[in-house]
Amino acid sequence: MRPWSALERVQGLLFVLPALVVLAVFLIYPAYYTIRLAFYEGDFHFGFFHYLGVDNFKQLLTNDKDFLDLSKFPPSGALINNLRWVIFYIGLSLLIGLGLAVLAVRVRYERVVKTAIFVPMAIAATAVGVIWLLVYSPDPNVGVLNALLQGLDSGFHPISWLGRPNLVNYALIFAYVWASVGFVMVVLSAAIKGIPAEVMEAARVDGAGEWNIFRRIMLPMLSLPLSVVTIWLFINVIKVFDIIYVMTGGGPGTSSRVIAFTMYEETFQNGRPGYGAAVAVIMLILIAPVMVLNVRRFRSERVVA
Amino acid sequence: MTTVEHAVPLTAQTRSERVIRFITRTPIHIALIGIAVIWLVPTVGLALTSFRQPNNIASSGWWHSLTQWDWTLHNYGSVIHATGMGHAWVNSVIITVPATLLPLTLGALAAFGFAWVPFPFRDTLFLIIVALMIVPIQTSLVPLLKLFAQHGHLNNHYYGIWLAHTAFGLPLAVFLLRNFFITLPKDLIEAARIDGASNFAIFRRIVVPLSVPALASFGIFQFLWVWNDLLMALIFVSDPSKQPMTVRIPYLISTYGQEYNLLAAAAFLLMFLPLIVFFALQRYFVQGLLAGSVKS
Repeated sequence: MRPWSALERVQGLLFVLPALVVLAVFLIYPAYYTIRLAFYEGDFHFGFFHYLGVDNFKQLLTNDKDFLDLSKFPPSGALINNLRWVIFYIGLSLLIGLGLAVLAVRVRYERVVKTAIFVPMAIAATAVGVIWLLVYSPDPNVGVLNALLQGLDSGFHPISWLGRPNLVNYALIFAYVWASVGFVMVVLSAAIKGIPAEVMEAARVDGAGEWNIFRRIMLPMLSLPLSVVTIWLFINVIKVFDIIYVMTGGGPGTSSRVIAFTMYEETFQNGRPGYGAAVAVIMLILIAPVMVLNVRRFRSERVVA
Repeated sequence: MTTVEHAVPLTAQTRSERVIRFITRTPIHIALIGIAVIWLVPTVGLALTSFRQPNNIASSGWWHSLTQWDWTLHNYGSVIHATGMGHAWVNSVIITVPATLLPLTLGALAAFGFAWVPFPFRDTLFLIIVALMIVPIQTSLVPLLKLFAQHGHLNNHYYGIWLAHTAFGLPLAVFLLRNFFITLPKDLIEAARIDGASNFAIFRRIVVPLSVPALASFGIFQFLWVWNDLLMALIFVSDPSKQPMTVRIPYLISTYGQEYNLLAAAAFLLMFLPLIVFFALQRYFVQGLLAGSVKS
């Protein structure tokens, strides 16, 4: 094989250069700018106006009831809502997705079921929002959920699912679970089909019950795909915005705000770019461990799922 | 050596065994079909609502339309013409096509460099790109808007959103395509080089034709990502006459909040193109989404 000439090495750089320039100008430089802006009040033109040090962060974490309020029980604020999302969105998606993946391989109409569950993945969050505004409508002549409950119990009073501060977050979370479960199911289902049939057969011959096969063989073999899916769900939680913007606008009041929504609201609606930048930096900090994990996994395995 | 005659077929079942099997499996069927129905009902409800007479929507639930038979295309006419959604749909196309092709092209070129042409700091640069894949959009919104506004008001045209989507799609494009390109047979590329083919010729005539599935997967993922994006369009498309459907529909909700016939028709207009892609290119579509899972 002929060695690479100096000219060809320069050519290699030319192939990657357009991409590197775009990334530097539109991704890396902006990140630096936002981190710096987080230490300023900022002005109308997003300039570095009035240095504040860490005041924005202090304010967010200790003195902003819409962001983090630990003074009462249960605690509230956007950050707490994201925690709710972490627990219930990730938990439900994994539970339903895993259940579907395990059960669907056992029936002949597997493809039909999977398609039905997967289709919402193609639907824009904006449309998902409209779909679930209809489902949740407090008018039982429109909302299928209230109509159903009324059908089961004629004394039932229709509930405004998105109008109650104690329900709204769970209503939003379920709508987003609906949109995400297909992905969890497809990834796990592919992994289950990758488990050698002999392993399962051997366990069955040895008299292991279905539950034990699931717990002691399937689950351990699914640990890698499960971690991939969990990370994907976690990133979704940190970034969730569209569906809340469309369905509730963060309301009623501020009860369904999340971090990404607060960033948008403070920066573009309340005209506080420095404060909004601090929220963006908090998002970056929450995602940073995943970035480190991705890089590490790539370096060690040279493959990333 | 066992012979076939002696082997007892594992699938042999008596009638009673089959009955027992069916009964023990009934809960599985109920659970699967139940969940599938629950998952379909919201979308079906939206689709049926979009084809109903407006006055019927207010007086009875969409499930009554199955017996009422009151279909109409009227809602689509209203939503396309009177509320400007037809125009917004065209905007979505104008935004999505370049915002898919640009990162695909730049990403493929860079991925080829990373995969097949050695140059200084190649591995370090690639790891930086791996890390950039999940940078939240929020850290770029303000500086990019400022940049676009200061340099020729790119946010008043489509240039701003095209560039922003290109930047955000690129890390994933480079990552996916590079990982696919390195699996191509080395001999083939070496042979071409010995025959005197330039790097660019190798890229165009060997790598790209052999990588259609990977290019299609990324292309579909990026198409969906851009078509379905709300936040970036909300910030980087300042001219209302250029905004895509994802941005116009929330305005529709605040203006016509109770007119579900219009909302449903608008949402269905937004959905149908990705759904066609889904059903036509299901394999690439799923691959693209799975591959994109490292992003979100």
